[in-house]
Amino acid sequence: MIQPGLYQILFISTALFFIGIYGFFTRRNLITILMSVELVLNSVNLNFIAFNKYLWPNRLDGVFFTIFIIAIAAAEAATAIAIIINLYRSHQSIDVENAEEMKY
Amino acid sequence: MPNVTYITLIPLLPMAGFIMLGIFGRKYFKNTSGIIGTVLLLISTMLAIHTAYGYFFEYGKLDGIYQKMIPLHYTWLEFSKGVSIDMGIILDPISVMMLVVVTFVSLMVHIYSLSYMKGEERFPTYYAFLGLFSFSMLGLVLSSNIFQIYIFWELVGVSSFLLIGYYYNKPNAVAACKKAFIVTRFADVGFLIGILILSFYAGTLDFNLLIQKLTSPEASEFKNAVTTSFLGLSGLTWGLILVFIGGAGKSAMFPLHIWLPDAMEGPTPVSALIHAATMVVAGVFLVARLFPVFSMSTTALNLISYVGIISALIAAIIACTQTDIKRILAFSTMSQIGFMMFALGVSGFGGENGIGFTASLFHLFTHALFKALLFLCAGTVIHYIHSNEVKDMGGLRKYLPITHISFLIACLSIAGIPPFSGFFSKEEILLAAFQHNIIIYFAALITSGLTAFYIFRLYFHIFWNKPAIVKSDHKREGGLSMILPLILLSIGAAVAGFIPFGHFVSSDGSTLENTLHIEFSIAPVILGLTGIFAAMWLYLKQNNRPQKIAASMSVLYNIVYRKFYIDELYLFVTKKILFKLVGRPAAWFDKNIVDGLVNLTGNATEYISNKIKVVQSGKVQQYAMYFLFGIIGLAVLFIYIWK
Amino acid sequence: MEGSTIIFYMLALLSLLSAVLAVTTRQIFRAAIYLLFSLIGIAGLYFWLQYEFIAAVQIVIYVGGIVVLIIFSIFLTQATGEKLPKQKYGSQLFAVLAAFCGFTVTVLQLFKYSFKQTDLPHVEPTVSNIGNMMLGLTENGYALPFEVVSILLLAAMVGCIVIALKNKSLKKV
Repeated sequence: MIQPGLYQILFISTALFFIGIYGFFTRRNLITILMSVELVLNSVNLNFIAFNKYLWPNRLDGVFFTIFIIAIAAAEAATAIAIIINLYRSHQSIDVENAEEMKY
Repeated sequence: MPNVTYITLIPLLPMAGFIMLGIFGRKYFKNTSGIIGTVLLLISTMLAIHTAYGYFFEYGKLDGIYQKMIPLHYTWLEFSKGVSIDMGIILDPISVMMLVVVTFVSLMVHIYSLSYMKGEERFPTYYAFLGLFSFSMLGLVLSSNIFQIYIFWELVGVSSFLLIGYYYNKPNAVAACKKAFIVTRFADVGFLIGILILSFYAGTLDFNLLIQKLTSPEASEFKNAVTTSFLGLSGLTWGLILVFIGGAGKSAMFPLHIWLPDAMEGPTPVSALIHAATMVVAGVFLVARLFPVFSMSTTALNLISYVGIISALIAAIIACTQTDIKRILAFSTMSQIGFMMFALGVSGFGGENGIGFTASLFHLFTHALFKALLFLCAGTVIHYIHSNEVKDMGGLRKYLPITHISFLIACLSIAGIPPFSGFFSKEEILLAAFQHNIIIYFAALITSGLTAFYIFRLYFHIFWNKPAIVKSDHKREGGLSMILPLILLSIGAAVAGFIPFGHFVSSDGSTLENTLHIEFSIAPVILGLTGIFAAMWLYLKQNNRPQKIAASMSVLYNIVYRKFYIDELYLFVTKKILFKLVGRPAAWFDKNIVDGLVNLTGNATEYISNKIKVVQSGKVQQYAMYFLFGIIGLAVLFIYIWK
Repeated sequence: MEGSTIIFYMLALLSLLSAVLAVTTRQIFRAAIYLLFSLIGIAGLYFWLQYEFIAAVQIVIYVGGIVVLIIFSIFLTQATGEKLPKQKYGSQLFAVLAAFCGFTVTVLQLFKYSFKQTDLPHVEPTVSNIGNMMLGLTENGYALPFEVVSILLLAAMVGCIVIALKNKSLKKV
């Protein structure tokens, strides 16, 4: 087995990213869509950390980006869930295909 | 020179009245608006008289010559060095004289309207419009810049339009105000082009500089203007003719006179103010203002003389056949303005040659008085009879004694019977014509005979002829406010002729002695008396002589009665030729091609958007997928293809 | 074959596998649990990279906060045990295609590229270093973004409350 390094981590992060994308496309339940988005965000975090570790160990910028992304993701999740609950109240459903009043 | 900034107040006070009454009149000054307007104008009038006194007797003269003064001057819009639109005030004999005439007649009309227009629903609006008119007319006479005069010229046109259309629910009045506006606008295009041509050659818009540059034969500007030629006329002549067209439109000169008779649809005091005494003489004023320049072009002066005399003659002939009291007066106005115009046309510049200039403005002055008087008397009669037709009138001398006397004074004055004011001014005009152009002199002589005839025809129709049909129950001659202006104007019309006018107004500012040649006056006076006696013979008592005469030359009578079919000619040209040959194709083009293109764009857009709106499915995931495919596509494009 | 290598691949396997399961399972509650495992796997990767602070933050916020929040919202909006409806094959096909294309392009590019490493002295990602820099006002300090993020969090909090408040007009319906 190959010694794990930057490429391996980036590969994992890419795979994670596209798994998230796939979930985002196929899921119709808003909560599961939100989960996919979380996966995408995590893949990005992993990316930042890997770059920080292997390419710029003299700085901590990757770490800070990760921290801020986590903070923003928390805010996003909270807001999204508030919206989902509100949508559920008005539509009795959180299926994304039912929320299409804004189409043409 | 003393501080005369208070002159700005003369036009600005009526303007203040306009703004106040126009905005708040109908709410707060329902009944007092007349008083407000009148008081403001009274102050203006007093200031104007004060100005005139100061100018003529205290500071206007320098070495025996009246100076052109510019006490106020403000550069408003500067196009380039020297060429700018300024706002200024010019004081010279004609503007000061006009100042007095306009404020005085306007004041009379304001007072008269207090009773005449009482009870009208739009009473405050009426006074607001009068204020606007007074403002713009006063601004016009005080303008020191040719573009400034153009601005006020248009403002005067607008206020005339508003006042003619005052009875806006009368279709006739609406049609008349539109006609007046369109015809004068049409002429104003000429005026504007004329202004541009003159200022192009002179390189300035300022009156004094413009006159200075275009009258001195050594100046390069003058040489330029005279040597360039277009269609056989020099550039200067073209500019002057175009300016004159503007003046002719406003002053109802043939063939642009068609709006004036119809303008009589407005309230009678308005006719007295605008369409007899002040606005319609703006054309004369304009020519007089630019007279030094006009005197450099014989062609332009000849054109003015012939247009003037033709208008005077035609209008006098038409006036003999009309039956509407105000229309008779309207044609009479046109005829008298014709007199003023040709007097300018036959005049020379400076010294004894300038007698026509003085005569013209003298006639303008006296005409303003007696014609306003005639109109106001007609207003009283109409007020009493409730009809404009002369056949409904008759025998009113006992019922309207003051009006009767005033009307008689005005008639004698316009007919040129000594010693009334019209005699003096008309005599001078005839003298000027006699000295310069004998054809015009004879035509003018005939016209003045006709004038006496038609005006006394009107007089006898109203006050004598058949016994009166009294059906009116209200006060005979209106209140004091209707009688007072009549009395004041009668005094003016009676004695204004004794003013030594040449001492004040002359073409170059120097003193010109009024010379009265008794032997010369015999012919016109006898002609005038003949006209009066002819009218008496025909109309003093009710008889069938007029009908007989009319029947004996029915074709001629009809032509004259229909005003030489000039209106019909205009209609033919506009409707049959312009509308059909130009308007219709243009309308077709607009409807089918222009609109079609617009519709095509709209329809195509709608069709395409209907087809592609499916993309906007409202499904978030689809959007995201488009987005991702787009990104992948772009990435591939930039990484692999566009290296 | 070292121990750390084995641990790395196991962690990678854990996070990827549970991620795939999280997006494919038709039971929503299980999806949340798979997500939880995936996040834990990623936290493990952070440990493996010796970024202990980030790993701790990951566990505290993601595992302890967001996933719990998601589970709560599932309880609030979903009858548990109910399976999600089957996805349409058409949309699934497109999603697979899109994800696969993107993945391929990225990975191809990734392995073609050679990264350059710096040889400057390392800064250890210790808590004290991170803390000093986070609130530092020097050139490398992050005090301003820190404040901005705190404002953002406040705004998000207020926004959540406003959105989740019971709307009067909806109440009537």
